[in-house]
Amino acid sequence: MILIDDSSAVNTIVPSNLITKLKILGLNTSLFNVFSVLPSEVDMSSPLMYGTPSSRVEGTPRSGVGGTPARQRPDLGSIRKAPQVDLHSEPPSADGAVASEQALGQKLVIWGTDVNVGTCKEKFQRFLQRFIDPTSNEDENAGLDLNEPLYMQKLEEISVVGEPVLNVNCSHVQSFDADLYRQLISYPQEVIPTFDMAVNELFFERFPDSILEHQIQVRPYNALKTRNMRSLNPEDIDQMITISGMVIRTSQLIPEMQEAFFQCQVCAFSTCVEVDRGRIAEPAVCRNCNTTHSLALIHNRSAFSDKQMIKVQESPDDMPAGQTPHTTIVYAHNDLVDKVQPGDRINITGIYRAVPMRENPRQSNVKSVYKTHIDVIHFRKTDEKRLHGLDEDSDQKLFTEERVQILKELASKPDVYDRLSSALAPSIYEHEDIKKGILLQLFGGTRKDFSQTGRGNFRAEVNILLCGDPGTSKSQLLQYVFNLVPRGQYTSGKGSSAVGLTAYVMKDPETKQLVLQTGALVLSDNGICCIDEFDKMSDSTRSVLHEVMEQQTLSIAKAGIICQLNARTSVLAAANPVESQWNPKKTTIENIQLPHTLLSRFDLIFLMLDPQDEAYDRRLAHHLVALYYQSEEQIEEEFLDMAVLKDYIAYARTYINPRLNEEASQALIEAYVDMRKIGSGRGMVSAYPRQLESLIRLAEAHAKVRFSDKVETIDVEEAKRLHREALKQSATDPRTGFVDISIITTGMSATARKRKEEVAQALKKMIQSKGKTPAMKYQQLFDDLRGQSEAAITKDMFEEALRALADEDYLTVTGKTVRLL
Amino acid sequence: MRMWFVCRFCCPAAQSNSNPEWEAKVLEYFKGQLREKESHSWVPSLNDVPLHYLKPNSLVKFRCLVQDMFDPEFYMGVYETVDPSTKANVLRCGKYKDVTECGVDLNSRNTVTAERQTFYCVPIPGESPWAKEISFLSAARVVPSTSYVPSRQKRSYEEDDDDMDTQPQKQREPHTEPHGNGDSKRQETEAPSSQTTAPSDCSSHLDLNFPLPGERGPACLVKVYEGLDSFKLNDTLEIYGILSVNPVLTVLGEEKDPSLLLLNPTESMETPEEQRAHDPPASLVPRLHMLYARPLQHNNPLLPSAPTEDQSAFVSSFLVEMASVRAELLAYLTHVLLGDGLAAEYLLLHLISNVYTRRDVLPLGKFTLNLSGCPLNSYTERLYQIVQQLVPCSYRLSMSLHTMNSMRLVPKKDYVANRLVSGALQLARNTSLFLDETQLEQGQLDSSGVRNITALGNLISWQKVDYDFSYHQMEFPCNINVLVTSEGRSLLPSDCQVPLQPQVTPPNMEEYLTTIHMAQFTSQINKFRVYLSLARTLDYSISDEVTKAVEDDFVDMRKDDPQSVTAEDLHRMLVVARLLSLSLGQTTLSRDGWMRAKHIDMLRRSRTEQQKSLNGNEP
Repeated sequence: MILIDDSSAVNTIVPSNLITKLKILGLNTSLFNVFSVLPSEVDMSSPLMYGTPSSRVEGTPRSGVGGTPARQRPDLGSIRKAPQVDLHSEPPSADGAVASEQALGQKLVIWGTDVNVGTCKEKFQRFLQRFIDPTSNEDENAGLDLNEPLYMQKLEEISVVGEPVLNVNCSHVQSFDADLYRQLISYPQEVIPTFDMAVNELFFERFPDSILEHQIQVRPYNALKTRNMRSLNPEDIDQMITISGMVIRTSQLIPEMQEAFFQCQVCAFSTCVEVDRGRIAEPAVCRNCNTTHSLALIHNRSAFSDKQMIKVQESPDDMPAGQTPHTTIVYAHNDLVDKVQPGDRINITGIYRAVPMRENPRQSNVKSVYKTHIDVIHFRKTDEKRLHGLDEDSDQKLFTEERVQILKELASKPDVYDRLSSALAPSIYEHEDIKKGILLQLFGGTRKDFSQTGRGNFRAEVNILLCGDPGTSKSQLLQYVFNLVPRGQYTSGKGSSAVGLTAYVMKDPETKQLVLQTGALVLSDNGICCIDEFDKMSDSTRSVLHEVMEQQTLSIAKAGIICQLNARTSVLAAANPVESQWNPKKTTIENIQLPHTLLSRFDLIFLMLDPQDEAYDRRLAHHLVALYYQSEEQIEEEFLDMAVLKDYIAYARTYINPRLNEEASQALIEAYVDMRKIGSGRGMVSAYPRQLESLIRLAEAHAKVRFSDKVETIDVEEAKRLHREALKQSATDPRTGFVDISIITTGMSATARKRKEEVAQALKKMIQSKGKTPAMKYQQLFDDLRGQSEAAITKDMFEEALRALADEDYLTVTGKTVRLL
Repeated sequence: MRMWFVCRFCCPAAQSNSNPEWEAKVLEYFKGQLREKESHSWVPSLNDVPLHYLKPNSLVKFRCLVQDMFDPEFYMGVYETVDPSTKANVLRCGKYKDVTECGVDLNSRNTVTAERQTFYCVPIPGESPWAKEISFLSAARVVPSTSYVPSRQKRSYEEDDDDMDTQPQKQREPHTEPHGNGDSKRQETEAPSSQTTAPSDCSSHLDLNFPLPGERGPACLVKVYEGLDSFKLNDTLEIYGILSVNPVLTVLGEEKDPSLLLLNPTESMETPEEQRAHDPPASLVPRLHMLYARPLQHNNPLLPSAPTEDQSAFVSSFLVEMASVRAELLAYLTHVLLGDGLAAEYLLLHLISNVYTRRDVLPLGKFTLNLSGCPLNSYTERLYQIVQQLVPCSYRLSMSLHTMNSMRLVPKKDYVANRLVSGALQLARNTSLFLDETQLEQGQLDSSGVRNITALGNLISWQKVDYDFSYHQMEFPCNINVLVTSEGRSLLPSDCQVPLQPQVTPPNMEEYLTTIHMAQFTSQINKFRVYLSLARTLDYSISDEVTKAVEDDFVDMRKDDPQSVTAEDLHRMLVVARLLSLSLGQTTLSRDGWMRAKHIDMLRRSRTEQQKSLNGNEP
């Protein structure tokens, strides 16, 4: 007869096209016998009817623990082999003595562990029913009532959605019952099935009518034990671990045999043998007819489960310098197959396994090496959140208590701001304000979301432009910043194209599908994009930056892929003057020849000029010479460690979200009004809302430096000072010596504009005074104007005046003649 | 000195199993023995002795570069075997071995799993022929006992200890030698080349992954047990370890029963490429179980390698004649550079330059020299040959359009084979990289060519190479002396450009250079070699007084001409001053030294300006 248990895994796993295969196999005489000899046995529960499994479910609705088929968990290995032992009896002899737990109670544990099934189950059920985490902010728990037992709500969700998987955060288990957690970590292979049992009992008690595809499986994640692939060692074998890494390769689907189906060639008796530790014990004798070696394996009636090999490489942040990254093999089973793609950054929770190299009977000695892999229980993508939602700073950088203490101590020092700024790129001399600006850029402002009111996100990132003479270590500063931040990108304007900065579509060589390859700006989302030789960039490339630098998004419409990517990146750019040497007689715009639309998007524009004064030279020389002879220790005494600085920034960025307090907002308003006042006296606008936003960002960043949750007046003061300092450098009108913001916002200083108008008026007056002459010689007019005006008039100015008059529709210029209209 | 020590230490200890100290003792013992005078030269070297002369399971050494680091592996540190006839259980040690004894009881509770890591090591890339030859000869001075003498295995430990005390020179009786006479040395010198020609045929399907094309020599899989964190990629090491060439390793790798794959897919996971990379035949890529590794500061066989009292004595004795050797070397280089004394001076400084520290991202001490105005027609090639004769490690990269477009300079991770595919920029520290830009012709660089040029630029400016890990790049700091020869100003950045001004124009360049080279005695050349390696290792400092003077000087210079003297110039002059002092064997900067540095820098600058105006006049 055919022995198939209704609840066996075969039901759900054998593919539906088996029926056609069986038809083909109908030619096989041995199988034919099945039909002819035992026709009456072919009933609804027979595997031969698998063509319509779903209809069967509808026909006989199953519910309750007994009715729902259990699904094998290849991720846990063969669990049914674990016998229970009495603690007080001799372990080896008790091997086979499986007594019922009710009879022996507490003393009974699973062999080789200290796990008692009954207690364990009870504890876990209690955990599920009682665990509350009011402070939870995980995205999985979105929409759940945090003051109700968390996992009961999840069970309810399962009953509604019908996805029989319960993810359990191990840190929750730990905070609830440390002993249970320890058992879970140490004996996952035994404890997780117990959890499964517990959760199913509970579930079907609560929701007796719900129908699930198979029984609920518990998937623990976030085991705290291990975080780094490098720290895996032989002690972790067969324990539950969580590591992070990046997927580099995934294999094709591998069907792995779970149950082998044997049939006797003589009497057609069939039997199933479960795979035990990768082996199948072939039955030597047929139980029915006692013929020896008559059983043959029937492949298409054996049960297979899906399996996939995934190679994971440790993430670059976890590695010590100078070594190559390690890789680990991970096996995903059943529905976890194809959940991840190469390039994904994931957290894996699984059981670490070491398998000895297969012993070859033909060889006397074997390699003494084990093969290691991880049977995955739970995947969690860490970069999933990057494309949507707010800053869920994925890498959840963990700080130890002591580290946090050190950082806080540092933050409480009154001169922390100066300390940090001097720790920034110590090899670069002076430029204190520039370093301070970059420091504030590294911290960034507070992210604000007004999308509900339809105004979208406000930019929190500070953009900085450095311009100045070549050889003033601009590139070095950029290189330093790029090395300091975890998500930094470094590109050179000369070598990058628009697509290199944004994104391009290419055909994947393996899958032949079109894929979007992201460029530097997208890659540095939440980081800093350093662009060297900003001025050498082509116009089309630069135009891309307009959107990125204010809206912080990138819109792409290429090859049928239309999307908007986040590019919440700070831009740190460096530009050289057009004439290779900075011309102090010209404005910033004239010197670097960048469109003012782009320049106005920079919060701070610094000039790095060679000051050419003796005291400076002396200090510079001292600094450089010291650089060359000071020993390593001396340097360390003087400056903060780069690692501390890194951690400080990471900590502040993740945990500190300062808000403006009343005084500070008042101070900001005053500052803004003052800035506007300066200009209004001379009849020009000297500040725009953009400058106010910059001030707010800078003040917030400064509060972050202090680890303060409130933006206070001192923050505003520093923001004002820095902003003024930068303006003084970059927006000073070389003709008048006044600071004039319109140089940056409109590309022309107010005085220059005024003069242009004056010239135009003078010209108009002159033409009018000449009376009605419809046409004039160009050169003649120019000479006349020069003769009349007391100020020197250049040809450029004259042409500009003509253009202005032409715009007024007063005259037209055609070739060398000027006609009045 | 042989494997049996390990056995004697391991086995009794393994049985007690409670005493892990034996492992430390083994290492201690070997380190102690190797510290003894000259003892390290008794150990045969994989670099010199062909593999088939070496006895399996014997102690050998290997001078190499860590090219790749494979994943850590777990092995049976202690395991139990069951004798099928007597049913007796025996505990055995699996450390320092690739293969277990027969009849392993996999379910034994006494099995101890331990961790080790495999490094893929290749001989130091670009090692000059002279360095190889000299190190071979010095090793051959004390004959390596490579013969297989079975009776020795049974000797007791005490006897062997005796043996060492009484025969410190290890002058073996003729019968223990493979060839038994002086000729054997000669034959063995030839042997490496003849040996490598044979595998080079088979290695067509087995890429041994040498960084530089045309390299030869044994590659080795080194199993590392201790101090995993202390090793870094591209370290140069002298490894002492136990050689394992068990043919089983090869068989295990190749034997595949496809029917078993379905049930045990673990093995089908490894692609054939990966298997080939990680389990190459042991006859081609031997395994070496590391006992002890010494990081090499240099690979110049003429210098004592270990930083011991020996070395300091050697240094102080050499310091005396440093100045005179420098003068001779300078004269020699002047001849080579066609009578240009200034260029010779700069070349000398370049040859002893060294990145001695890094300040955040800035490498200090690098001194990339651009020798412009080089005569064409194989002059650069000959110049390289002369440089190669002087430095222990060098490589000439002819920057023709074709090589730039086709050559792989930056190492790249191959995820299919799971290994780091090497590139020409994976070089040991202090290697002289000779970039020959005179070979560059007109044409277009394709994208890989542009990448290569960028990589070279990064190497020169920041002394780092960004290895390509496909999903991300990883930065590896390096310390490579780059010399660029070009016709005009190089397209690559450089610390210092010197236009060559030949004083003589020999009618036959080839002949001229050959004669100069031939005129030097080997002893003379050897002195130069020692000089260059030594000058680079000297310490250096600047006193406060001189610091002050330098600062004053800089301020004055800026006063005179603020446009042309920048911070960059001060950077360069400080490096020049440092190298100039070191080249004279002075470990502190004197005022004189500073003035000299200033002087030659001025000469150089006037020359480049002259060149500029000359070029400016040309249309």
